[in-house]
This record gives sequence, structure tokens and C-alpha cells, in this order.
Amino acid sequence: MSATTKPVPAAPGERLASLPPPRLPFGERIGDVLYRLYAAVMAALDFVFNPIQRLIGAKRMPYVFVLPNLLIFGIFVLFPMLLNFYYAFTGGTALRPEDRPFVGLANFQQIFNCRNFLNPATCQEDYFWRGAYNTVFFVFFQVGGMILIALLTAVVLNRTVKGRGFFRSVFFYPVLLSPVVVALIWKWILQRDGLFNAVLVNFGFERVLFFLNANWATLWVILISIWAQMGFYTLILLAGLQSIPTELYEAAAMDGANPRQSFGRITLPLLMPTMLVVSVLSIIRAVQAFDLVWVLTGGGPGTATTYLVQYIYETAFANQVQQYGLASAASMLLGFALLIFTLLQLRLGEQSDIA
Amino acid sequence: MRISPLWRTVAVVAAIILVLTSCTALVAPAQPAPAGATDATATEVAAEAATAEAAAGNAVTLRITWYDDGNEGTILRDLLDRFEAANPDIKVIVDTVPYAQGILESLPLQLEAGQGPDLARVTQLGDLAKHYLDMRPLLSNPDYWDTNFGPFLTWMQSEAGGKAIPGFMTQLTVTGPFINRTLFDQAGVAVPSDASDQVTWEEWADATRKVAEATGTFAMVMDRSGHRLAGPAVSEGAKYFNADGYPAMVGDEGFKKMAQLMIDWHADGTMMPEVWIGSGGSYAAGNEPFINGQVALYMSGSWQIGQFADKIGDAFDWEAVPNPCGPGGCTGMPGGAALVAINTTQHPQEVTRLMEYLTQEDVMAEFYARTLFIPGHLGLAAKGIDFDTELPQAKQSLAMFSSQVNKLEPLAYDLQAYKYNTVLFNANRDRLGQVLAGELTLDEAIAKMQEDIDAGIAAAQQ
Repeated sequence: MSATTKPVPAAPGERLASLPPPRLPFGERIGDVLYRLYAAVMAALDFVFNPIQRLIGAKRMPYVFVLPNLLIFGIFVLFPMLLNFYYAFTGGTALRPEDRPFVGLANFQQIFNCRNFLNPATCQEDYFWRGAYNTVFFVFFQVGGMILIALLTAVVLNRTVKGRGFFRSVFFYPVLLSPVVVALIWKWILQRDGLFNAVLVNFGFERVLFFLNANWATLWVILISIWAQMGFYTLILLAGLQSIPTELYEAAAMDGANPRQSFGRITLPLLMPTMLVVSVLSIIRAVQAFDLVWVLTGGGPGTATTYLVQYIYETAFANQVQQYGLASAASMLLGFALLIFTLLQLRLGEQSDIA
Repeated sequence: MRISPLWRTVAVVAAIILVLTSCTALVAPAQPAPAGATDATATEVAAEAATAEAAAGNAVTLRITWYDDGNEGTILRDLLDRFEAANPDIKVIVDTVPYAQGILESLPLQLEAGQGPDLARVTQLGDLAKHYLDMRPLLSNPDYWDTNFGPFLTWMQSEAGGKAIPGFMTQLTVTGPFINRTLFDQAGVAVPSDASDQVTWEEWADATRKVAEATGTFAMVMDRSGHRLAGPAVSEGAKYFNADGYPAMVGDEGFKKMAQLMIDWHADGTMMPEVWIGSGGSYAAGNEPFINGQVALYMSGSWQIGQFADKIGDAFDWEAVPNPCGPGGCTGMPGGAALVAINTTQHPQEVTRLMEYLTQEDVMAEFYARTLFIPGHLGLAAKGIDFDTELPQAKQSLAMFSSQVNKLEPLAYDLQAYKYNTVLFNANRDRLGQVLAGELTLDEAIAKMQEDIDAGIAAAQQ
């Protein structure tokens, strides 16, 4: 094959112009792509929102932005709440609201039909009152115990201890676990042939049947739910502790205050707003206790660990005759009690702020 | 040459897409054969039409909500695969759910909301009857159903005397006890039913207590169920109903006697307490301790045979024994599960075709033989089923439960047919559970049972 044309050497300026543009580093190329994507999304949003803003004015635009969230809240929270309110005044077993007969206050009368409120066995709806008393007991000890342990843990973790980051992670880790997983793991540990009893028997002790004794079952439900949740509240309290200026402690030390006085006069008062948040959140969560307990004990032995949410669930769904009206009335009472309690706490918080 | 990570990722994604699209091409439906062949029979033409319809993407999908006691789900799937091969225009999806949460709790809610499946396997036959599809007008031969399923169809009616054909029994069940004979042998205790078939519950309790003491196991366990309790209670003389046919627990001395036996057996350690005391307020089975060889006698029912054959096999000698006796007889409880069509289905014709296939005598014979279920088909029951097991324990147990059918008391059938029997049984179960946990006295519990039953029936009738 013969040679055809000889390549003509380019002039120095031409050679520069014909070179491909310099390649950007990989990170910058990704950044460029992301920027273009962002610009496209913003342009699309502008295309949608600009006419709306021209129509309703910039002042009302925040309502447009909260509308999606409000819609979700309305559909999945507000509407069910209103439906629950309606169901509480209806009877029968039909699911559709239009098929349910109006019964007025009959569901509430059934719940409050008691000869002696302190003895659930004398109440027509004794399961409700057993659940209510169990819930009060659980909330008192679970929330009280958890705040105390979380506070102590937060105080310790706030100090410059070795491996502080590791310990903070360790205490938070159970929060990441599903309550069902937590309950199953503890069930395997505590049941008749579980790990705990194996250790006891190995050391020559008798087996303890934790889930067949009301007191043991209640104790373990409280301890396990504290273990599972305290990491979250420890973290909040730790943030509260870290927001207290260290100058206050230095000033107190110069005035001769010992650590106990510093804790009582500086830490606790300044931590009160955080404590209030923690107590409101933990009480609401404790009143909602269901999943962990349901898997761990099923509400037993007997009804020893049956709490109000389980009563509501069983009345509405698990019993063969599904009494949605009665369950709705019970959930309204629970919501009402929770509302009163929260308002009371907020009021107390305001008073302590004023003081 | 160095390939940048971006191009490498693009290349991998492109390769995956290429592979997936070629797979899709491989499984794409083939073109239907040209119809109209001269020698094709009517059935073949219909099948070809169905194939063509399926190939065109018009296959109807039916969903079955199902639960498993043993291996029946696998066997059903085998049968359905054959049905789908012969009926390419119908695809059947089986949604297997847990019995308590899926069938007892969620399914009624779905049905009430009009969001039920096309078919479902249920045990609360009367409770859900208003949601069943009456297939009678759609069936090619309703007489076949009346002849072979007639007595069981009465359990599925929404009104007394109804003539609807909503489904068929996937199994008939009889409650009764199983024993671990190996434990009796190890303890040197004679099995009471070897010498007599009129053994009382008290005699069984004495014998199994000796076995438990000698072998370090539990004497007895019973499923936490009012239905399981009912057989022994009727045997002890329980009446359950007043003269008007309404449930009456207060003053029912037979029931009280059985309840007291349960209390005593839990107090003295005869009964394994985890099932009735440690399970909260719901149904709980005692099969696991029996399978693990931890208990001498297990009061349950015939549906356990398949599971025991699979999980115990011949690891130890297990067998069914006759229902213990008392002044009211030697009865267990009849029962069973039915596959029913649901009236919200969009495809009643296809559901009926599926039901007609599943109830063909040869298909049912295979289903019962492989699942080791007592047949709920009168024709097959009369002919006898050649059960697909060589395990002597399973064969003995099947024969034993079949022999128990004749000993069932009329009251046991009345209880099974009673529309609100689950209200009654659940009240018995939960209130007795409270007595065992020390929360109520027996008299308080019986009064509460009556209140629960009255409130439940009133709510259901509202």
C-alpha cells in the first residue's frame, strides 16, 4: 500500500487550539453534574411557584410550602382523630361509619360503669381499668427510673472520661433496635430455658419463671423499656448539660461550692427546660407502650402487663366481636388524660421559668 | 488504559440491563398456536382460547389468604400449579399468613372493609358467613356439593337454614389428646388407655404426673383455647346453653368442674403453666413443648398430625389416645377449616372454576392423603383415604381421631355450629386465664364470662 498524503505540521498556535479542553478532576465533574441537576430542579420549581406567587402574593407563600405536610398530617392524623371521635359515639361491629348506629354516650357509660373504681373486678369494662392502673404504674416507674438513669448517664458522659465517644454510642445503640427485636432477645434470655436461667442453674440456683409471676413480669417490662429507650433521652440531656456555661461552675468553685452544691444549684435548675422536654416525650411514649410488651409478655401473666393501648387494640381488632366504638371511646379518654397531663407539665414548667 | 470509575459504573449498569432484558425476552409468552384445528375438542379449543387470552396479558389473578398447620400450603401450591397449567387464563397467588394475627384478626377487618381476597381459608365459619360468595348459581353440579359437603355447609350459612355453597372443608378436625409413649415407657408407667377406653381426665392426670416426676418433664399441656377446653368440659357434664339455646355459664356445674380441674392442675404443677398463664390474653398452642419431648400428654387435635409427622417423625413414640371420659361422655370437639369464596371478588366465575377443580374427588383425595388431614368430603370419607405416610405414629393417630368422630356428643356439634361460639370460647379462655394468674376467683370469672358473652352478642347484633 502506498502512502497517500503526508500530514502537514500545524503551526504552534493552531496546535493549541485543536487540543481537547483540559479534563476536570472527577470530583468537579460530579459537582458540575449535580449543579446542573440542581439548576434544572430549581427552574422547574420556579416554573410552578412563580405564577402561584404572582397570584396570591409573597406574603401567603409560606402556606403553600406547608401545604404538603399539612395534607399528610390531615389525612393520616387529623382525619383519623375526627373519625375516632365519631366512632366513640357509635355502636355495633360494622366498619363503615355510615353503617354504624349512633349510641350517644353508651360506650363511655360502659367504661365508667363501676361499683368501686379501685377494684377493677367490680367494673363492667374491667379490662379497661386494669389496663389504666397498669399504665399509671408503668408510666410512673418507667419514666421516673428512666429520667434518673438517663440523667446520671448524661452527667457521667459529660465528663472527660476515657473512651467517651465509645460509651455515648454504646448507650445510644439500643435505641436503633426495633422494639420487637429487643423484646425477642430479652424473651430468649428470660424464659424458662433461657440464658438467664441457664446461668442461675449453672451456679446451683433455682430457675425463676419471670413471665409467670406478675411482679417479675412488670419489673422486667419496666427495666427492658428503660434499657431500650434511655439512650435517646441521655443524648438530649447531654446536649442540655453541654449548653450550661462552664464559667458558672468556675465561679461557684471560686465561691467554695462543692460538686454536690454545683449540681443542685447550677446543673439541675439550668437543665430544667431540657428535663421538661424529656419528661413530656417519655411520658407520651410510655403511655403508648405496646409493641415491646406485646411481644415480650403478651400482656400476661393474666392481665399484669396489659396496658391501655393493648386493651384498645384487642377491643377493636383482636376480639372476635370487634367493638370499634368502645375502643374509640377508650382511646379518647387516653388522649384526653394525656392532654391534661401535658398541659399541667407545661404549666409547671412555665412557673419554674418565672420563679 | 485506566477506566474512570464513572464509566466503569455505567458499563456495569448497562451490562445488567442487557442481561435482564434478554431474560425477559426468554420468558416472554410464546405465540399461541393457530386455533381451529379440525381435530380439536371443545375443551382444547377453550384451553387454547384461554392460552391466547393469557398470552395477550389478560390472565385473571386470584388471591387466596391461607394459613398453614403443617405442609398443606406446599401441597396446595402443587395442585394450583397444575390448575394454572390447565387454565392459563387464571393465575393464583397464595398469601400465607399467621393463623392468629392473619386469619383471626386481620382477615375479618379486611372483609368488613370490602378489601378481602378472592378466597380465604378460615376457621370462624359462621362468624364470617355474611362475607361469603354463594357459588350455587355458578356451579356446574351443585348436587355434588350438597351430597359430599352438605353437613358442613350448614356451618357456613349466614342465616339458619340457608342453602348457600360458599366453599368446602380443607380439613375436618377432632380435638383430643396426644401422648408421648416413650416418656411413659421410660417412667415405667402404664398408659391408661391401653387397658380401657373409658379413662377419666383425673386418671390421665394421675398417670402423667407419675411420668413427669420420673422423667423430669411436665405432665400435661393444653392449647390456650376455649374450643380445646370445651371437649373436656362437655365430658365433665358442661351444658353451655340454657333451655332457650342462649349461652349460660353461671350455674353450669359441669363447666365449673372442668375449670376447677384446670385450676388444680396449674396449682400443683400438672399443667405446664407457660401456655395458659404466661401467654397473655390470646390463643397459644402447646405443640412446641410436646415436639421437644417436654410433656407427657398434649390436649390439642387432629390437625397436629402432619406437623408431628414432619417435626417429630419417629424421634419418639407419639400417638393419639381416646378422648377422656366423664359424666357427660367421652367427647372432643368437631371443627375444621374451610376454603371459602369471598363475595367481594371481581372474578366469581374464575373463583368457581378454581373451587370446582380443587373439589374434584381425585384432587381432594391427593390433598387429604398428602396433608394427613381427616377428609371433609363425605364420599372420600366413606371410601377411606390412603394416607401418604409410612410413619406408624401418624397412621395410628389418624385412625384414632377417625374413630373418635362417632363419640362426639350432640352438644359438641351444637357448640361448633353456634354462630357466636368464638365469643363464648374466648370469654371462657380469657377469664379462666385470669383465675389461673390469681386475678379472679372462679365464681367471679364465671360471672365475668357471662357478662362478656352478653356484651359480645349484644354488640354483634347491634
